[in-house]
Amino acid sequence: METLEVNLEEQFQTRIDADVRIEPKDWMPDAYRKTLIRQISQHAHSELVGMLPEGNWITRAPSLKRKAILLAKVQDEAGHGLYLYSAAETLGATRDQMLADLHSGKAKYSSIFNYPTLSWADMGTIGWLVDGAAILNQVPLCRTSYGPYARAMVRVCKEESFHQRQGFEIMQTLCEGAPEQKQMAQDALNRWWWPTLMMFGPKDADSPNTEQSMKWRIKRFTNDELRQKFVDMMVPQAEFLGLTVPDPELKWNEAKQGYDFGDVNWQEFWDVVKGNGPCNHERLQARVDAWEDGAWVREAALAHAEKRKQRAGTAAA
Amino acid sequence: MTQKEWPLWEVFIRSKQGLDHKHVGSLHAADAEMAIQNARDVYTRRLEGVSIWVVESKHVHASNPDDAAAFYEPANDKIYRHPTFYTVPDSIKHM
Repeated sequence: METLEVNLEEQFQTRIDADVRIEPKDWMPDAYRKTLIRQISQHAHSELVGMLPEGNWITRAPSLKRKAILLAKVQDEAGHGLYLYSAAETLGATRDQMLADLHSGKAKYSSIFNYPTLSWADMGTIGWLVDGAAILNQVPLCRTSYGPYARAMVRVCKEESFHQRQGFEIMQTLCEGAPEQKQMAQDALNRWWWPTLMMFGPKDADSPNTEQSMKWRIKRFTNDELRQKFVDMMVPQAEFLGLTVPDPELKWNEAKQGYDFGDVNWQEFWDVVKGNGPCNHERLQARVDAWEDGAWVREAALAHAEKRKQRAGTAAA
Repeated sequence: MTQKEWPLWEVFIRSKQGLDHKHVGSLHAADAEMAIQNARDVYTRRLEGVSIWVVESKHVHASNPDDAAAFYEPANDKIYRHPTFYTVPDSIKHM
């Protein structure tokens, strides 16, 4: 029995190494299934909670155009959450259980959404920086080994690129505006730069699961590799906007053809992960309230569907 | 938890007239009408479709991947089913 299991695992790894996608009914190691459910649901939760900091500005967008764009973006995020929950459900997770884990605090979501959105410039910075970081994380996942996850990510990535561009456009408009507007943009960059670098997760040396996840191809670059890529990508864009990246140690390194940059405040990172960020409580409470306040709608819709089914049955008889 | 989940539906979308419906994902809805409306919002925000099918997931029956060999391999050795199996003289046109 044990040799059979070993054999299956070997065959499974051979398929992964050959870049053959794994589909829902295929045999897979329990740990692969568990890790994927955790990773995908965590990602879905991030999309859901990610609606909140931006939802904060929908009613106060500076123009009808910006409001329509922000609404569309937030709606996309709800959609991304739904694509991902549905991918996780193909692995046997249930929607109710995933949401229960989010609400109880057992499941995590991206720490970036535990920071407050204080000015309109934050909408620009979130689109430009935060979605820029998300895209770097997500593009490689379009080739991840689990079929439904990869397919969901293809759809997500197509839509994210609008998110990033609209954010950059907000920043550009502010930077070309009055000095006060440019100052707003700089202030937002100052507050979001470091939390965005934290989005790539702990340093490789402190990320024990990376090796296995790379072997399974559910992660295709390490945290530090992506963080470096992000800094190299973003610094020229900040320069174009005339903004200063808030890192005194930031310096071009000719030898490595990339930037050297300062260390993230890891104490802050772990504090926020553990639930003690500026908005952790508020964000989670908003999700729990939405779920509880919507309970009667979910029940009524089911009762209505049941009643209609019975009526149709009576009519047919 | 006493709460009952809305049933799961598989969503199929025809991207334009003349093409077939293709599976795009799934969603939860209380009934078929709501499933179609939700599918419109979740899967066609950027003109991805002109027609939607929804099927309750429990009604989909799938082949077993463990049977793949026995199921599909018999087609392997029947290369005479493909036109390239046959040689046609160069001088013959329209074939």
